[in-house]
Amino acid sequence: MDMTEQLEPISALRATNEQPQEQSMNDALNSEQSTSQEKFNTVGKPLLNGAKAKFKMRDVDVFYGEKQAVFGVDLDIGKNEVIAMIGPSGCGKSTFLRCLNRMNDTIEICKVKGSIELDGMDIYNSKLDVVPLRARVGMVFQKPNPFPKTIYENVAYGPKIHGLVRRRSEMDEIVETSLRRAGLWNEVKDRLHQPGTGLSGGQQQRLCIARTIAVSPEVILMDEPCSALDPIATAKIEELIAELSQNFTIAIVTHSMQQAARVSSRTAYFHMGKLIEVNPTKKVFTNPEHSLTEAYITGRFG
Amino acid sequence: MNKSSPDTSTSNGLSHSDLAAAMERNLKRRYRSERRFKAFGIASIGVGLLALLVLFTEIIGTGMGAFRQTYVTLEVTYDTEVLGIEAVTPESLALANFDGIVRRALLNQLPEVTGRTAKRQLYALISYAAGYQLRAMLEQDPSLLGETRKVTMLADDDLDTYVKSVRADDPFIGRLSEPQVEWINQLEAQGLVELKFNTNFFTSGDSSEPEQAGILGAVMGSLFTLIVTLALSFPIGVAAAIYLEEYASRNRFTDFIEVNINNLAAVPSVIFGLLGLAIFLNFFHFPRSVPLVGGLVLTLMTLPTIIISSRAAIKSVPPSIREAALGMGASKMQMILQHVLPLAMPGMLTGAIIGMAQALGETAPLLMIGMVAFIADVPGGITDPATVLPVQIFLWADSPERAFVERTSAAIMVLLAFLITMNTMAIWLRKRLERRW
Repeated sequence: MDMTEQLEPISALRATNEQPQEQSMNDALNSEQSTSQEKFNTVGKPLLNGAKAKFKMRDVDVFYGEKQAVFGVDLDIGKNEVIAMIGPSGCGKSTFLRCLNRMNDTIEICKVKGSIELDGMDIYNSKLDVVPLRARVGMVFQKPNPFPKTIYENVAYGPKIHGLVRRRSEMDEIVETSLRRAGLWNEVKDRLHQPGTGLSGGQQQRLCIARTIAVSPEVILMDEPCSALDPIATAKIEELIAELSQNFTIAIVTHSMQQAARVSSRTAYFHMGKLIEVNPTKKVFTNPEHSLTEAYITGRFG
Repeated sequence: MNKSSPDTSTSNGLSHSDLAAAMERNLKRRYRSERRFKAFGIASIGVGLLALLVLFTEIIGTGMGAFRQTYVTLEVTYDTEVLGIEAVTPESLALANFDGIVRRALLNQLPEVTGRTAKRQLYALISYAAGYQLRAMLEQDPSLLGETRKVTMLADDDLDTYVKSVRADDPFIGRLSEPQVEWINQLEAQGLVELKFNTNFFTSGDSSEPEQAGILGAVMGSLFTLIVTLALSFPIGVAAAIYLEEYASRNRFTDFIEVNINNLAAVPSVIFGLLGLAIFLNFFHFPRSVPLVGGLVLTLMTLPTIIISSRAAIKSVPPSIREAALGMGASKMQMILQHVLPLAMPGMLTGAIIGMAQALGETAPLLMIGMVAFIADVPGGITDPATVLPVQIFLWADSPERAFVERTSAAIMVLLAFLITMNTMAIWLRKRLERRW
């Protein structure tokens, strides 16, 4: 085998310069941002009829130290709806999601301004206890993160710390229903007392969902729940989301536009910390109102 | 090589075949340097192992002798006349001349010895401990009075050294006179001299007579000191680490504390000894030479080690586990106690055991608080005067008698055995408690 042939692609790479194209796109985005430095107006229908809203967010700003990550977001999330949040990496959608159960409190430099109300209750009130809030607003993370304990203990953890059950039999029941609703019962019923970390990635994520729903939250936040999973596991989780949406309000952050299209009823598009457009999912993916949304869903960047 | 396109120029103006040749040369050089790099590593490990091997052969070679002890068997008569007592009572036992019957037994065995000086030299061949041994025998069985028994008695250290060097075919360097050597050879010829396992070494405290000196006092002293150290430094260290890692906000003050903890870890241990002397002895008037104070001083010394390793262990707990716990609505304390601590525990324990091993081998700070004193009694608690293993080694290494040389090495072996056990335990604990996530 001769080496010259292997070398060619390298020199080809050296010769080509892809940057100008990328540059122009970035310029376009920057100018977009600079023209809207004051209050940014979200297009579409970010607000719902007052009675239907579970979460009401008004003028939410999030700062990491000096750096502002989310700019004046107004958004309502309706009861038992699935809202998808999409947008390019670093657009603030995960940061925004984590405001909803105050997970950002764990980051010392993170400051949240504006008002976020859950059923009319200001969750950033200084007197509010985050423990019951997080029991009402559960969260599923990007990477499956079961506790290094048994499957049973994983699901029983929430009910145990919140004191929801008195007897062992009640706990067994909660564990079983939660695992059933997460579609995991049949796969794990014979090994409930084996470590949860021994399951496959998709099973682990469903275990995390079972763990979250074991405390019967009202809202489930999902931060890219399928990004670490293969397509089959992803399909199972998506099916599960559709089922769960009958009882729970679900806010899901995702990088996959197909996923947003499949599971959600409303879609919010974030761009550089701003909420650009909120519309019914069908509309966002067929007839977006804003040019940036269109650029993103047609794959021109992101 | 491909010669069909020598004219095709690349970005730096060389032909492809030239480039390939250059790359091949370079590759060879790279592989050579890689082999060299690996060889350096192997060589360093070799040097380390060799040093360890030399150390172990030297120490074991010198110290093995201490695990065997020379005994002399003599026919002892509990002669009422020599003992100077009529009956066995507590008072008479205290007054009786047991050394006398030992001497009589020696003279009976070697009747040709005459003259004051010669006799004194002969008596010196049996340890002082023989008298106490005979007394204990009589106390246990008063009917022995007036009887004759074959008794195996502890030999003096000089005899012991001589017998061991003869049996090992080593040249004898000792302080025996020519007639003494002659008598020993006679006893040996009569089959009265034997080497037995030296239980005494493990069951008694220090003594100025090498044949009676044992390690137990120092082992118990070390044990009590370490118990105090562990009981104080582990909870304090872990609590400090949890606070600094989980609660303290990052500011100048915590930076200051962090820098100081790291500095404390580097402070020479003798300084901690001086600190202990000033605070615990001079200010609080704690007793001198006791494991309690030793433990307090070693606590100061091991705290930085434990805090640093505990913080590292806490830091290594994946943030996803914390998020999972908090996301479920666990309070911060529940998160720490139920999730962070169990996962950090192996690392913390490893740090603690390494800290303890350090404390076990520490001498300098203990010299400052008086744990270097000669203490013959085995301590029974943390407020009894005691010494510790490394200090005992130091004391014996400083003694002139030949027999202490092998005891020093034997004590080092005991100390090393403890250290190896502790380190093995650290590894075992880490393996045992480590969980995958």
